[in-house]
Amino acid sequence: MEHKEAIELLPAYLDKELGISDAMAVERHLSSCSECQREFAEQSSVSAQLKKNAAYFEAPPHLAQRIKMSLPSDRSYSSPFKGWHFNWLNAGAVMVTLLAIVWSGGLYLTLPSAQDRLMEELISSHVRSLQVNHLSDVISSDRHTVKPWFNGKLNFSPPVIDLATQGFPLVGGRLDYLDGRTVPVLIYRHNQHPINLYVWPSTDKDTAPQVLGRQGYHLIRWAMSGMDYWAVSDLATNELDFFVGTLRSQL
Amino acid sequence: MTASTKEKRFQALVLPHLDSAFNLARWLTRSPQEAEDIVQEAYLRAFKFFDSFHGEDGRVWLLGIVRNTFYSWYQRNKTQAQSTVFDEELHSIAAEISAATQYADNNPEALLIQKNSQRQLHRALEALSVEFREVIVMRELEDLSYKQIAGIVGIPIGTVMSRLGRGRKQLAEILASTNRDA
Repeated sequence: MEHKEAIELLPAYLDKELGISDAMAVERHLSSCSECQREFAEQSSVSAQLKKNAAYFEAPPHLAQRIKMSLPSDRSYSSPFKGWHFNWLNAGAVMVTLLAIVWSGGLYLTLPSAQDRLMEELISSHVRSLQVNHLSDVISSDRHTVKPWFNGKLNFSPPVIDLATQGFPLVGGRLDYLDGRTVPVLIYRHNQHPINLYVWPSTDKDTAPQVLGRQGYHLIRWAMSGMDYWAVSDLATNELDFFVGTLRSQL
Repeated sequence: MTASTKEKRFQALVLPHLDSAFNLARWLTRSPQEAEDIVQEAYLRAFKFFDSFHGEDGRVWLLGIVRNTFYSWYQRNKTQAQSTVFDEELHSIAAEISAATQYADNNPEALLIQKNSQRQLHRALEALSVEFREVIVMRELEDLSYKQIAGIVGIPIGTVMSRLGRGRKQLAEILASTNRDA
């Protein structure tokens, strides 16, 4: 390597910024050139002094605060976006309102089918309850055991009435999930036929029992004192009707 | 990128390099007050242009903005900065250095010599013209690579090398002449 090139590359050689072949070429030249050796010693000395002794000025503590304060603040910077959120909320509210109108309109039109769906659910629940000992979660013929069992599991208290003397002994209770809510079920028995009585709060006016049938099961629904009742069983209609009549007389 | 995400990223990637920003600004301006103003302005610019930051080294990116901010300021204040500020500033250096070297060992004589050499070095570096001073500060104090310095200053890597060489040589000469005078 020429002297001129080597002396130019000395700073990079000192800073270890040269590739291996250039570094070796500079090193070879350096070992035999006194001018380059003096130059290299001077550069090294200044560099070492700077690294050791030159003051590094750290930012004063108040500067960080000053900068944070001066940056566009959370509030002022995001306010246009917040405006957007409100617009979306408004749009969302309009959508929800429209949906509610359409849906409630639809409800009137499709009331039978809504009731059909509920009947499907009730029958499924009833059938499920007959399988694999899933009839009751709490087994007791004592209404003082069944009623407290529901406490804390529901936000209302279903009426629990034993009708053993009338031939419909209470055998237990359980919780089912129906129509999007948790529903207490009271289980009665009549001649080995279980009766599932579903109860949930309702805003409907009191209605007389309505007998419905499907898939060999019988359902009787009525509303009374702010509660909806559904009795489901494979009992004959007249027997189920008698059960409902007896129960209603005691509610 | 939402406002709060941008702020969080900015706080995580750029704010931590405040010391580096201040150190460079302090050596460029040679004045603590002006360094503060420049760093603050640089941070505002950095925040404004943060969308153009694509995950490279946050410190290098910020130092480039600090340097640009300094040069805009320098163009505006060129005449008065060169005529008046300089000598006034030198008198505050001793105090800053003594504050910076409290950790030095307790030997009073060694301490005095160290302080003297620090003061001389400080003055020599401040006396250096700005194009040499900036590359030396970035290399020796910020430990940046030639490539990073070249990117910040906007010059070829070979020019970084030659400026560092000439800057160190000038520093050696200034130090030698002050030693002769003393």
